[in-house]
Amino acid sequence: MVLTMIAALGIKTNPSNIECEKLEARSKHYLERMRLFDFLHVTSGITMKKHELAGRSVPLTQIKNSTELTEFITEVTPLLHLEPKHAEPIRYIMSELIRNVLEHSMSKHGAIVSAQYYKKSNTIRIGIADTGIGIWKSINQSYNPKTDLEAIRLALTPGITGTTRQEGGTDRNAGAGLFFIKSIASVNSDFFVIYSGKAMYKLLKRKGKKIKLHVDPFEDRHSKKGDLPSWEGTVVGIDLSLDTTQEFSLLLKLLNETLNEAIKERKKARYKKPQFT
Amino acid sequence: MIHIKLFKQVGVFAENKDIAADIRLNKLLPALEKNQDIILDFEKIEGATQSFIHALISDLMRKYGNEVLDKIQFKSCNATVKGIISIVVDYMQESD
Repeated sequence: MVLTMIAALGIKTNPSNIECEKLEARSKHYLERMRLFDFLHVTSGITMKKHELAGRSVPLTQIKNSTELTEFITEVTPLLHLEPKHAEPIRYIMSELIRNVLEHSMSKHGAIVSAQYYKKSNTIRIGIADTGIGIWKSINQSYNPKTDLEAIRLALTPGITGTTRQEGGTDRNAGAGLFFIKSIASVNSDFFVIYSGKAMYKLLKRKGKKIKLHVDPFEDRHSKKGDLPSWEGTVVGIDLSLDTTQEFSLLLKLLNETLNEAIKERKKARYKKPQFT
Repeated sequence: MIHIKLFKQVGVFAENKDIAADIRLNKLLPALEKNQDIILDFEKIEGATQSFIHALISDLMRKYGNEVLDKIQFKSCNATVKGIISIVVDYMQESD
């Protein structure tokens, strides 16, 4: 996630304003393999042997339109050497998050994405960053959130999209994309974090076996902050645990049941109450 | 009756909403205008996103009501695609 943020800043910064000190860190080969220095237009001086270039990772990639997204999605899963039950949610998550950037961020630089497999935790960590208008401005087209944190809360609520206030969304946007991805993370007991403007929301790993998806993300087990250094755009990170990943079709079945409950809960909250005098 | 084989246009992973909207506007809506039944054939498609299916059918449900589902058959869907379609269809009906 941090790598994508640095790369996203790198591509909008004049290369003459970027300096890179001689790297001593052991991670320098990793940074080279992930193509960070290409994004910063910095010559790292690191030479890589062929076997060092291979690895279960998706190097930093910039995606600026729908065609590039389709190509990326086709190529991405083989790079991570995954079995289908792991590949499916990853392909799904990446596709939906990148499309969100292309449709809502208004960033001329598009989305920056990367992913990496971590052997020790047996997780795939995905980061997607943009330097667009951010969630507050996007949601503010239809709603009026007072803060970045409130905007994130709305963006994670099913049925809410910046494109309309109409229930069920428009012909192109259901307002369910981020809720859906947060729900996949919740069902799998994965980390999910979203950072935009001065606010960050982090879904914490679910405790216990009972799965309950809430309409209001603040009712899920989470942490949040509203006074961080401002990120002009949006960043999403998700850690997908390969130990807990369920078959995607089972996950969807579970998701459907809980999503319907969530929508009913949302509708019920808007019911008018009788006035008893 | 029209039979639309989606694989040719969308590949193994149905995620491109622009293509979904194009199919809806240029094939599905004209067919429904003529009161034709529709077969949406998902053969060879491994997966789909909620936003693709939403862009494909939600507006039809809004325009023609839930009864439009009697005119559409979803053919050769694997478990994942069935799951996504069910979610979108339920979601649209719950959002009425």
